[in-house]
Amino acid sequence: MSRYARAEWSKLWTVSGTAWLLLATVAGTAGLGALAAAACSPGECSGDATRTSLTGLHIGQCVVAILAVLTIGGEYATGIMRVTLAALPHRPAVLAAKAAVLAAVVLPAAAAAVPASLLAGDGPSMTDGPVLRAAVGSMLYLLLVALLALGVATVVRNPAAAIGCVLGLLYLFPVVATSMSDETWQRRLERVGPMTAGQSIQATTDLANLPIGPWPGLGVLALWAGGALLVGALTLRARDA
Amino acid sequence: MNGFWIAVRAEWTKFRTVRGWVVATAVAAVAMVGLGLVPGMTGSCGKRGPGSECALPVGPGGEDVTDAFTFVHRPLTGDGSVTARVASLSGELEASGRAALAEWAKAGLIVKDGTRPGSSYAAVMLTGAHGVRMQYDFTHDEAGSTGGGPRWLRLTRAGDTITGAESVDGARWTDVGTARLDDLPSTVEIGLFAASPQYAEVADTPFGTTGVATEPSRLTATFDNVSQADGWTDTVLGGPEAKRFGGYERDGDRFTLRGTGDIAPAVAGATGLGTTITQTLVGTFAALIVMVVVGTLTATGEYRRGLIRTTLAATPRRGRLLAAKALVVAAVTFVTGVVAAAVVVTFGQRVLRSSGVYVHAASTTTELRVIAGTGALLALAAVFGLALGTLLRRGTTAVTAAVATTVLPYLLVMSALPAGAGRWVLRVTPAAAFALQQSANQYDQVANLYLPVEGYFPLAPWAGFGVLAAYTAVALAAAAYLLRRRDA
Repeated sequence: MSRYARAEWSKLWTVSGTAWLLLATVAGTAGLGALAAAACSPGECSGDATRTSLTGLHIGQCVVAILAVLTIGGEYATGIMRVTLAALPHRPAVLAAKAAVLAAVVLPAAAAAVPASLLAGDGPSMTDGPVLRAAVGSMLYLLLVALLALGVATVVRNPAAAIGCVLGLLYLFPVVATSMSDETWQRRLERVGPMTAGQSIQATTDLANLPIGPWPGLGVLALWAGGALLVGALTLRARDA
Repeated sequence: MNGFWIAVRAEWTKFRTVRGWVVATAVAAVAMVGLGLVPGMTGSCGKRGPGSECALPVGPGGEDVTDAFTFVHRPLTGDGSVTARVASLSGELEASGRAALAEWAKAGLIVKDGTRPGSSYAAVMLTGAHGVRMQYDFTHDEAGSTGGGPRWLRLTRAGDTITGAESVDGARWTDVGTARLDDLPSTVEIGLFAASPQYAEVADTPFGTTGVATEPSRLTATFDNVSQADGWTDTVLGGPEAKRFGGYERDGDRFTLRGTGDIAPAVAGATGLGTTITQTLVGTFAALIVMVVVGTLTATGEYRRGLIRTTLAATPRRGRLLAAKALVVAAVTFVTGVVAAAVVVTFGQRVLRSSGVYVHAASTTTELRVIAGTGALLALAAVFGLALGTLLRRGTTAVTAAVATTVLPYLLVMSALPAGAGRWVLRVTPAAAFALQQSANQYDQVANLYLPVEGYFPLAPWAGFGVLAAYTAVALAAAAYLLRRRDA
């Protein structure tokens, strides 16, 4: 297993884009968070200051999704995947190693991005219980989005198409939900959508009105990510590279 | 010129023989149509038996209007005038009972072609927060002096011309505005009125500024020094809501009117009724993701396998090659977008109506603009993706850049950003072109939350289109320059 992980680790770090993408995760997340917090005139978003500061996760999740998609889609694009699978023939282990390596780089980036957003957004202190939950949960959120994207990219293979699929999957639910007038259906959609359910972890106030609780919401996203990885592992094993 | 068409033909052959692109284009159309025809909204119009149909009065200009107010009137034959002083306005919100004067609560003098809702009128009035106004035939609004009451008002009819005037002391008068109402009969109803529109407040929901709290507001207006002494009757125009609260009392020359409702063009959204055809196009974002990806891949796909070297050997004039690619991508996307939008706009309205949702009718010109605009939006965005693909050459980077600049801003506005930030984003990013899909008119004199999620965009349709066109032109120019300068 360590052989698999080492191989993936050297591949990830020797691609020039990785460091830039991680940097972009931090900068994008904190940057948009600060903008959203600044653009919030008092009357308009009286709601949840923590949540507003974390708006930047919309950028952050895109960037980590790209990183995740590239870790496997990039190999298909260049054809290196055949070499990888010749050297490391146990295919699910390859995917597991990729997931582990991805987690090892995304989590530190998230651990920098989330507190930076909260600080830049002039939000409440992180020692506060609900805020701490939102902060830790948002880091996990980024990780889970990355794993979801990895699973999707394993199935789709073409990196560009995979990015489109991941974004579609994340945003389909909220956009369709806003177009619904029936509140029951809106909430149903928000409960099952990977992004809408997962982002309930950002809430610190008015928890009773959330479509789904913070931790169960993150659990829904985890199910999506796990499901995508499982389908990815199965297709990886079944298909020719 | 011939060489250009050969290049176009080559690019078209490439496009139609890549199975993934053809499938993706079909998927884009199907997603748009599917999301547009799913009956996501339900309403009560026509669902509670006969009489529950939502029918709005139609104004003199043919537009849907709101015409609900308390009208204390007397007939006027030929020329004449009425004068009164609006002594005080006080308002409250119906549901919460909170004392609050709606900003467009209005009380004043009106001359109207009978008491049929939607008939021609001209009125001079004192409003809650917008001073004295002269309004006529629903869509016209002229501002008088600012500030509150008490205020003397006078409305004069001379032939087809109605003049509104105001005064602080009843001695020195200033004209507020004049209206020419050509179809006014010789006998009209003239008198006092009071109305107070639906009140709306932005409420944050977990996923952006989509939630709104609305409730009817009520106005109590006191008039004195009314110039005519007798012959007054009162009519409350509007639905049960207006009838329940509306009415008047008289004590000598002092009239107290209670009214709720509005005399204004009908709007869709928070304070209005129903929705617009823009609603049916909710699937555009899915098609946009797909077509932007396809547009980008038509460029980066060539670099991926080194096909670009063959292509450039066959078509050595690189600017011509880029133009041919852009034309093919734009044409395919435009046609796909127009067909899908036409289906959705035509049938989506029916689906919404059959689920009891009131859909504001749009003029044929507006519908055509929305349909063609959707095609143009998709086509330009796909060409923008093509240009970014040519610039960046790597598929993933280019797709990300293209999606992040075109689709992501729209998605953020719809699902995450506060309203103010959202309007700003829809002015400066390529997503501004979504303004082409706006079908409802925005009126300054109607209190409403004009939010993008309700189909109101901050830029005019063609201005929004211009923003995306500018981005595309710049990206395409840069792509043409670099394509010529760089080795493939």
